[in-house]
Amino acid sequence: MKVDRITELFTQELKVINMGLETFAENLSELGVQTQQVEWRPPAGGDPEVLELFERLEANTTLDIEAANAEAVSRIQEGKPTLVDIGVASEVVPGMHKKLILHAGPPVEWNDMAGPLRGAVIGGLIYEGLANDAAEAEKLAASGEIEFDPCHHHDAVGPMAGVVTASMPVWIVENQRFGNRAFCTLNEGLGKVLRYGAYSQEVIDRLNWMADELAPILRKALELRGPIDIKNIIAQMLQMGDEGHNRLRAGTSLMIRELAPYLVMLDEPKEKLSRILTFMHENDHFTLNITMPACKSVIDAARDIEGSSLIVAMARNGTEFGIRISGLGDRWFTGPASVVDGLYLPGFTADDAARDIGDSVITETTGIGGFAMAAAPAIVKFVGGTPQDAITFTRRMYDITVAENDTYQIPAMDFRGTPTGIDVRKIVETGTLPAINTGIAHKDPGVGMVGAGLVKPPENCFRDAFTAFVECYTKGAMS
Amino acid sequence: MKRIIVRKDSYYDSVVLMSISAEVKKIEGVKEAVVAMGTEMNLDLLQDMGFSGSELESSGPNDLIIALEAEADEALTQAERAVGELLRKKSSGGGESTYRPVDLNSAVKLLPDANLVVISLPGAYAAREARKALLAGLHVMLFSDNVAVEQEVQLKQLAAERGLLMMGPDCGTAMINGMPICFANVVRRGDIGLISAAGTGLQEVACSIEKNGGGVSQGIGTGGRDLKNERVGGIMVRMAAEALGEDPETKVIAVVSKPPAQAVIPEVMKTLEATGKPCVVHFIGAEHAGAERARGPEHPGAQGDARHDTIRYAASLEETARMAVALSRDERYEPYVFDWSEDEIDGIVQRESAEIAPDQKYLRGLFAGGTLTDEAVFALHEPLGGVYSLDPVDPEFELADPQRSVGHTIVDLGEDVFTVGRPHPMIDASIRTERIEREAVDPEVAVLLIDCVIGYSSHPDPAGAMLPALRDARERARRRGGYLAVVGSVTGTAGDSQNIDVQRSKLESVGCVVMPSNYQAVKLVERIMARRAG
Repeated sequence: MKVDRITELFTQELKVINMGLETFAENLSELGVQTQQVEWRPPAGGDPEVLELFERLEANTTLDIEAANAEAVSRIQEGKPTLVDIGVASEVVPGMHKKLILHAGPPVEWNDMAGPLRGAVIGGLIYEGLANDAAEAEKLAASGEIEFDPCHHHDAVGPMAGVVTASMPVWIVENQRFGNRAFCTLNEGLGKVLRYGAYSQEVIDRLNWMADELAPILRKALELRGPIDIKNIIAQMLQMGDEGHNRLRAGTSLMIRELAPYLVMLDEPKEKLSRILTFMHENDHFTLNITMPACKSVIDAARDIEGSSLIVAMARNGTEFGIRISGLGDRWFTGPASVVDGLYLPGFTADDAARDIGDSVITETTGIGGFAMAAAPAIVKFVGGTPQDAITFTRRMYDITVAENDTYQIPAMDFRGTPTGIDVRKIVETGTLPAINTGIAHKDPGVGMVGAGLVKPPENCFRDAFTAFVECYTKGAMS
Repeated sequence: MKRIIVRKDSYYDSVVLMSISAEVKKIEGVKEAVVAMGTEMNLDLLQDMGFSGSELESSGPNDLIIALEAEADEALTQAERAVGELLRKKSSGGGESTYRPVDLNSAVKLLPDANLVVISLPGAYAAREARKALLAGLHVMLFSDNVAVEQEVQLKQLAAERGLLMMGPDCGTAMINGMPICFANVVRRGDIGLISAAGTGLQEVACSIEKNGGGVSQGIGTGGRDLKNERVGGIMVRMAAEALGEDPETKVIAVVSKPPAQAVIPEVMKTLEATGKPCVVHFIGAEHAGAERARGPEHPGAQGDARHDTIRYAASLEETARMAVALSRDERYEPYVFDWSEDEIDGIVQRESAEIAPDQKYLRGLFAGGTLTDEAVFALHEPLGGVYSLDPVDPEFELADPQRSVGHTIVDLGEDVFTVGRPHPMIDASIRTERIEREAVDPEVAVLLIDCVIGYSSHPDPAGAMLPALRDARERARRRGGYLAVVGSVTGTAGDSQNIDVQRSKLESVGCVVMPSNYQAVKLVERIMARRAG
């Protein structure tokens, strides 16, 4: 028999991981033995059916999930998101056409849409000139003439309502390692904006200005500047107190630094350039619409890897929260969108809040956002109030991920890489849900942002996805 | 009424301010509280809420605005003060939260060169965690019980493939590199390597080794089924033996277990012989056959085959230790039972049996240690003409109601039937004290036999916890005109925090006869019962 490991143990310093009665670890600690107590919880809250699923999955020894996940996560690590251009949706977004409206989250029909999304659809139809007012727009939306589809089905992502229509300008981010692209509209600012379901004339006017002035001029500056390495920008942001989802103050400053020298070189009136720089300056979230497609372009390269249990999309449409698994193709697994636990803008309370909405959780899916909470001490009020709470928050995410990011690092954690590559098995087993930061929209169309906070995704979608994964991979074949 | 305060050039993060607004709004009498930076959006919002004034008009994004509305002036002042305090509040005020990994993988990240995982989780989950640990290349000590045989077989096969220790399931004790794992005692390190199926067996042998001047190199627990169950096939005993055979620090190997399955014996013996080291084997309950064989070669090494050269059989846990110590010192072992002279023993027997009333006929053994129970049951079954227990020598003597003693009864109070919903009697003394109280009212009880296991993880003062019940039991017997003899032993060492000498003195203070080992206690009981009958 092979016993070399045992004789080796006899010569080593004993180091013990303890699962269960803490006394056993305490005894050893008193004697100077290094121990690590595990705060163990029964898998899936002790559900015997889920435990049986784990046993089934683990009995299939021909399937190497770890290897598949390692492949998926290496693709995430290798991704090189680069801002290459700005285009018009109908010209660059795959499958985009005049009568198609893209939205955030998993698929949803008009009748099931939540307030903010309905408002954004109304605004989108007015913006496209397909309707003159809200009543006409609602009628058109319900008529069946308009097609609705998730951004995610078109290589795109959208914050909050995430509505993309044919004429909207979009950022184009290319993953230069794998050649795929991702798209996202330009951020409109805070307050009464389309993505929060506002559709007043003020909103439409701003969208028009963005398409007519902002986007063309930024495009020229970008052309002059050349492609911008967004991986690099995100890495810097995390060192400067941003987490890339709810705090983008540093990232927006960096983008201004990248673009300003080229903006001023353009043959454009000073007033226009000043307006553009001011617009960027006044909106900390300007860069969210760049980190999001950057994350999308990176994680898309990790899709469709046979045997991989990594989550490659999380998204909400205001009605449902949905996820996709690398090894399960295009399927969505959904659960009801939650109410956000948050802090509110002056004059608003939780009663005003819409349910969780938006594709911005693509940031968490790729290892930043809530997963990098410890990098953003300025917003620790969301997670209990102290920087230590934020570190604890991020640490928990290592429990459900398979790797640490080799580029995105957290200074306060001794430059540890952010938790990257969410394994649905680990979520189901530990009961630890992904930590997601998010903005809160008003529940009624047309009002806008009312706060920001943390959202707890619905547990069942992870369990359903895991169940489907086990079913798929214990039948012996993937179709 | 409303109040607006503007603090020029005071920047705060909006999230901090939102939480302050929420806090202040909770103050009684405060209708509205907005603490925000003077951005255009916020100024608009304030206007919508009915706040206005020149201070607002002249403020900008770098100015902190505190806008309050309340029913009375006092509330406004209170709210303003609260805002000031909250803004000043130091970060240390927040809840200090700590992180602990929730699974093995995360724990390994925090302790990257961990080499042993101790698992005491509910049995239904334990096997899976053990498997994960083995797959991660870690040795396992599986304390949990209620793990199916099939799972044990799989785990041990996996461990064998990987050359890892898979101690347990249902393994209470190990001593690795001198460190106590789970229930264990402070025993000096030395050259005797122990392999034991169960916990208190390992503890009793290790403590006896300490008492006899020897020391332990490694103590490896295997779980009770390792040798007993044919399907497990003694995998871990064999691996442990092989490892101890290769270990330069180990000179003598001792194995303690209930009798193995017949099919398992040849392989195990072959492995022990192959180590080339002297081995002492004690199969509890098989000591008659074993002892005969063991005693065969009076002069080891003089003649005979390899088996007789290297393997000897001991008749008790204590003898296992004595023989091992003798071998470790290259001394000849002369068998004996009592540490004390025959006169002394006879005096004690005389003293303890003299006042036992004629209708006091029975022995009651109340144990916390499983192996110690086995040793008592096997040794006393024949001399007493049958001992009832949950795991009897003869199936006819299976105790029908575990809670009720009949005739001569010896119970392991650590059995599942007693520990449903409560801790093991080695941790929680009340299981035994309650049972002592029940035996105390039975006028037919003549002798009470107990163990007292100390060391790491055990009750901080098990003897002390038993004293009131023992004192009361003896007093009751006396009042009935009889005498209750209490005989016991303490499994432990002077190094244990409970201290063997302190524990002994406590037991002796209520008239308990404390013998130097469990086996000697059992043998003394045999003599007392015989004298009583005679």
